[in-house]
Amino acid sequence: MLAAPADESALAADIADAHAAGDPVWVCGRETKASLLRPVQAARTVSTRDITGVTLYSPSELIFSARAGTPVSEIETMLAEQGQHMIAEPPDFSALLGSDSTQTIGGVVATNLSGPRRIAWGATRDHIMGVRAVNGTGEVIRAGGRVLKNVTGLDVCKLLTGSHGTLAVMTEVTLKVLPAPERRATLAIGGLDPVKGVAALAAALGSPYAVSAAAYLPAAAAARLPVVAWLGGPVTIMRIEDFAPSVVYRTDRLRCDLAAFGTGEILDDGATRSLWSAVRDAAPLAAAQEHAVWRISVRPSAGPGVANALEQAFGARWFLDWGGGLVWVAGPATAAAHAEVCRVSREAHGSWMLFRGPESMRASTELIPAEAAPLARISQRVKAAFDPKGILNPGRMRAVL
Amino acid sequence: MHGTMQPVQNGQPKGKPAVIAQHEPKPGVIARREAILAGLRRILPETGVIGEELRLKPYETDGLAAYRQPPLAVALPETTEQVAAVMAFCHQEGVRVVPRGAGTSLSGGALPMADSVVLGLMRMNRILEIDYADRLAVVQAGVTNIGITNAVQSNGFFYAPDPSSQLACMIGGNVMMNSGGAHCLRYGVTANNLLGLKIVTVEGEILEIGGSYCDTAGYDWLGLITGSEGQLAIVTEVTVRILRSPEGQRAMLAAFDGIEIAGACVDAIISSGIIPVALEFMDKPCIHACEAFAHAGYPMDAEAMLIIEVEGSVAEQDDLLGRIKDICRKFNPLSLKVSSSAEESLAIWKGRKGAFGAVGRISPDYLCMDGTIPTSRLPEVLRRIGEMSRACGLGVANVFHAGDGNLHPLIMFDANDPASFHAAETFGADILKLCVEVGGCLTGEHGVGVEKRDLMNVQFTETELDQQRRIKSAFDPEWLLNPSKVFPLKLPAHLTAPMAAE
Repeated sequence: MLAAPADESALAADIADAHAAGDPVWVCGRETKASLLRPVQAARTVSTRDITGVTLYSPSELIFSARAGTPVSEIETMLAEQGQHMIAEPPDFSALLGSDSTQTIGGVVATNLSGPRRIAWGATRDHIMGVRAVNGTGEVIRAGGRVLKNVTGLDVCKLLTGSHGTLAVMTEVTLKVLPAPERRATLAIGGLDPVKGVAALAAALGSPYAVSAAAYLPAAAAARLPVVAWLGGPVTIMRIEDFAPSVVYRTDRLRCDLAAFGTGEILDDGATRSLWSAVRDAAPLAAAQEHAVWRISVRPSAGPGVANALEQAFGARWFLDWGGGLVWVAGPATAAAHAEVCRVSREAHGSWMLFRGPESMRASTELIPAEAAPLARISQRVKAAFDPKGILNPGRMRAVL
Repeated sequence: MHGTMQPVQNGQPKGKPAVIAQHEPKPGVIARREAILAGLRRILPETGVIGEELRLKPYETDGLAAYRQPPLAVALPETTEQVAAVMAFCHQEGVRVVPRGAGTSLSGGALPMADSVVLGLMRMNRILEIDYADRLAVVQAGVTNIGITNAVQSNGFFYAPDPSSQLACMIGGNVMMNSGGAHCLRYGVTANNLLGLKIVTVEGEILEIGGSYCDTAGYDWLGLITGSEGQLAIVTEVTVRILRSPEGQRAMLAAFDGIEIAGACVDAIISSGIIPVALEFMDKPCIHACEAFAHAGYPMDAEAMLIIEVEGSVAEQDDLLGRIKDICRKFNPLSLKVSSSAEESLAIWKGRKGAFGAVGRISPDYLCMDGTIPTSRLPEVLRRIGEMSRACGLGVANVFHAGDGNLHPLIMFDANDPASFHAAETFGADILKLCVEVGGCLTGEHGVGVEKRDLMNVQFTETELDQQRRIKSAFDPEWLLNPSKVFPLKLPAHLTAPMAAE
């Protein structure tokens, strides 16, 4: 049974009905990220796709509110007209996941996915200021608000962000935005091995020049991106975004400060946009749809070791974002490869997620790290606090939730 | 139960006592006081347990000194394992626990209950790890906010959130209250500057939340626990992001002859695409109080003044300040003054950072409020605060983090006069209701604590409060952690029957 209610109260009625019947519900937007995490077996579908529209945009207050089904592209266009942008740079994984590219703002918040700017400016969860949502009994709840500083009560906004529709169905979100930069540029250093590359990224992120993104592309990944392929071999890239005079000054200083790592090339605004869109969307790993893709988060200096171990284990293709701390990995969609990702990430004290894989693989195993037993008990109780009958996206994040 | 509450100044109670309601103390716990002290002494070193009436005194209040209540006992653990043992013991005995850092809460977040153990984390004051390559520091909960910056600044790094109490307040308390500061517009609040926590549950289990990396898969416990005011767990260790300091920073002053004009100027600056690292707004009473204290050259004839700070190289500062001056000039400023040296910038900030103390010099007592409003509503809100001020006969000075809408009205009153104190409390509550009415919230950075607990239903519906109560119950089923704070005193249904029976 598919329901795409036109407004929040209709959605609340649908959820209340499912709650009364005890029916599991597949909660979704436009399903562009439906293939993330575990498949949901549900008699009913409730989509927020028709609950659309920007309800507030105040550029001078750096804030907008939009109903959950509003396409991200529409919001980005609206912000660009006022010279602003979404801070966490939400990725478009349509090519990676083989979906269409109409993702909704609710989907971005529900999955807490962030792009390269995350390392310097925070994740989607850092900019979520308010939500309206319907919990698993059909009650409408608000959390946060429309102001930038708010510590009133428990931070339910952050809890719902990244909860993949398992606690409540978000119907409207309010996000902080910032002015888009006047200019962008990238310093690219060719030829470094992964350890030296990440050391260069650490030096850049630890410089006073407000580097807004830092990634390492091994030769195979760099070769897939024309804007850096011409450098040949592996490429270490660092982005600066600011007023035009600052971009000129800061890229120049950064190049001098990092001279010991190699002679850097400066990529201009256009090349920078195209390069970081590709990094944001994991474009170097999009091909070979039959391959599984994992996203591993570790301490930045541990990134090269994780990548190397997985390359040795199953010939992983990979690249590093977030200063080395986000390891994107592609490899065979096998239980053995997944087990290796879990082991290597755990040994690096990191977190992981199977990001792309066939349904059979996603249904048969845990895709994210297990929680310690006392925390797992709290998880179950928090889930029940929102959704006592466990009807919202059952089993999506973990088999037992 | 009613704790004694007396308006105080300089730590000395004066005037007629007032009262703050708390949950009824558990008679069984009060009766077992000696056994509970003995149990704590089996867990902690001799100096780590305080039971004598006189030595409990310093723990009976916090930064909201109007409220006082001595606890049953104070426990001062030195390790996470000791915290876990104390929590397991208190859980087993059904004893309520009130966590405490430096006790600088302005909302009464660390106010004890008569049957509670205050768990003081000030002895957990070690910095465990600093990693410049990965830009993080691991510190115990009792390290002061400024202590982190002090430890890393010789390498050119700093810890960004800078609450006014940063010399004293501790990182564990910052996490619990999600503390802000004057530079949030650029660097975010505490929640935006954390990577991981070590926590102890109410049952005494030690858990790692997050780690030394970004974005753990699963529910965002780090985000939920930050700002939870001690309702969910005890924080013993914190992994914070440290940032490289900018090349330099410089402040400027812009003075205007109207509140609306200054507000419009703030809008114009933000709309131009410039995000200053700080953008502070003071009204005339605040300017006068601060100038008398700091002699910073504040314009005494202005109705409103902005302190604007930018950072970067000297050339970048010149560029940004030039752009900002051009914008300010469109609003007919009474004066524009760009600091020409680090000393001048410091003097400009001295007045602002000392604003609370400065108001304390011109009024016998003051209440510091902390609401947030949509910045576009500032002129209307300040006008209505002015009307309320005249109606109740109490002065008010306003200082405002203009970029993010966080307003701090300082209400002046005389604690020797119970009527004046009562009027100040009512005035404060009315200001916070106004903040909610115009689309803002009850507290931007000080927390709800006991102070704003009974106003929560102004901002939230009962359904929403019940949802939050169920989250607390998931962590703390018996409501032993920091009770009587954050939520109006109504207990969730599953606790009402046994509580009444005890």
